[in-house]
Amino acid sequence: MTVTADRGAAAIDVQQLHKYFGDNEVLKGIDFHIGRGEVVCVIGPSGSGKSTLLRCVNLLEQPTSGTILVEGDEITDPDADVDALRARIGMVFQQFNLFPHMTVLRNLTVAQEKVLKRGRAEATQVARANLEKVGLSDKADAYPAHLSGGQQQRVAIARALSMNPDMMLFDEPTSALDPELVGDVLAVMKDLASEGMTMMVVTHEMGFAREVADKVVFMDGGVIVEEGLPADVLGNPQHERTQAFLSRVL
Amino acid sequence: MTGTAVVPKKRMSPRKRAALVRYVQYALLVLLVVVLALIADWGEIRRAFLDLDIAGAQFPDVIVIALKNTIIYTACGFAFGLALGLVLALMRLSSVGPYRWISTGIIELFRGLPALVVFLVLGLGLSLAFGTQLSNLTTVTLALGLVGGAYMAETIRAGIQAVPKGQYEAARTLGMTHSRAMITIVLPQAFRVILPPLTNELILLTKDSSLVYILGLSLDEYELTAFGRENMNANANLTPMVTIALCYLLITVPLSIVVRRLEAKSGKAR
Ligand SMILES: Nc1ncnc2c1ncn2[C@@H]1O[C@H](COP(=O)(O)OP(=O)(O)OP(=O)(O)O)[C@@H](O)[C@H]1O
Ligand SMILES: [Mg+2]
Repeated sequence: MTVTADRGAAAIDVQQLHKYFGDNEVLKGIDFHIGRGEVVCVIGPSGSGKSTLLRCVNLLEQPTSGTILVEGDEITDPDADVDALRARIGMVFQQFNLFPHMTVLRNLTVAQEKVLKRGRAEATQVARANLEKVGLSDKADAYPAHLSGGQQQRVAIARALSMNPDMMLFDEPTSALDPELVGDVLAVMKDLASEGMTMMVVTHEMGFAREVADKVVFMDGGVIVEEGLPADVLGNPQHERTQAFLSRVL
Repeated sequence: MTGTAVVPKKRMSPRKRAALVRYVQYALLVLLVVVLALIADWGEIRRAFLDLDIAGAQFPDVIVIALKNTIIYTACGFAFGLALGLVLALMRLSSVGPYRWISTGIIELFRGLPALVVFLVLGLGLSLAFGTQLSNLTTVTLALGLVGGAYMAETIRAGIQAVPKGQYEAARTLGMTHSRAMITIVLPQAFRVILPPLTNELILLTKDSSLVYILGLSLDEYELTAFGRENMNANANLTPMVTIALCYLLITVPLSIVVRRLEAKSGKAR
């Protein structure tokens, strides 16, 4: 990394993040860092707090304590403009969460118009460009219910991209898909990564992590147990818990 | 009985027995109709219920005044009730405690009272208490709206809660504010689910609009029931009631059909 990569230049900087649900401490002091243009994959067993960490980054969950900086802005500051911040961070859910009462095209334009105040023509143009990018130009007028899971997830990615986000968060984007549909979605994500998009990806796709990630983070029990290059974390894990987890999933 | 006893063979299979029960029911029905037909005085019935001269004299007022007023009262009450129900539902789902308590209180109060009591309190009580005379249309709008709104609030709340949380989260993730996400994403989906029960509520309000008579109406304010009663008393004949009954059905039967269509449609969508 170059000398200019000071803290302010980081895309996401999480410091001493704690999150409780009631008495249940789900995140136990997370320090976490993503540089601009980096792809970071978060892996770990179920219930380890991966989704919670991801959702804290765009404040879908309110952190109990700690600091989160996005592009140098402290989003955990009570005065931060959360809506403006969220518009800069794309998010893709396991369950797609497309708006079922709107066509694919409307799914992609509605927030552009209502949040970014773009005109209908511009929003439509941006939407069509992103549909093209995910290979679904012909589905613009379809309703989500008429698409396969893989197509829905690619629309969801295109919807997030239509907001021209600075970074993208993915929460197990392929876990709800039939195995034969996973490849299409991963291909779109690889394209995004090669274009230099900053990405934080919670995933069980170890192949994707190995191939695309700049860094792999292994979480267990609400802490980051191990992080580093994919080859190191996945190929030569140092911690017993990482080894145990990988031996189960690989 | 000891274990050695042979279980007696059933004399009739369950299917045969069900068929027999059905035949008996049909037979009873036919018998009932025949008895009624024999003991009824058909000439008297026709005179009392189906006097065409009396029915003819009701037109066109039964349509241009009574039916029109019933529709206006119901529409105003429903519109106010829907708005009120929406507000109460959003308050019930609010994270602000007092909002929740207030809306729960209002909902329980107006669901728990007979509509007639609400009409009486609003029609007579308000003018006594504040010395202002509300117009009958205002009173009926408020009364039907409060009664209907209390029911609709619970329906709307359930509809909102039936929209998956991920929809709201996806909207917020795209930078929408809470209100924007509710208006553009959550409520349109909620209303699809609750359209059938809301239409049912409209049917109930159509009938409840007859309670307006308690307020004392001028002739051009008569709705169907008041109009029917007036004509029934004037003619000492029940034909006007048959006429207005048909008018009510003119409103409610199409609505029922709409409800059934909507239910079938949403059943298919699932
Ligand atoms: N809204 C919530 N309320 C209460 N507890 C929660 C909530 N969300 C998550 N938890 C708890 O927090 C813990 C971590 O959950 P989280 O969803 O972050 O795990 P995860 O690593 O994403 O697991 P998975 O791989 O199953 O998605 C779990 O024990 C879960 O039960
Ligand atoms: Mg998860």
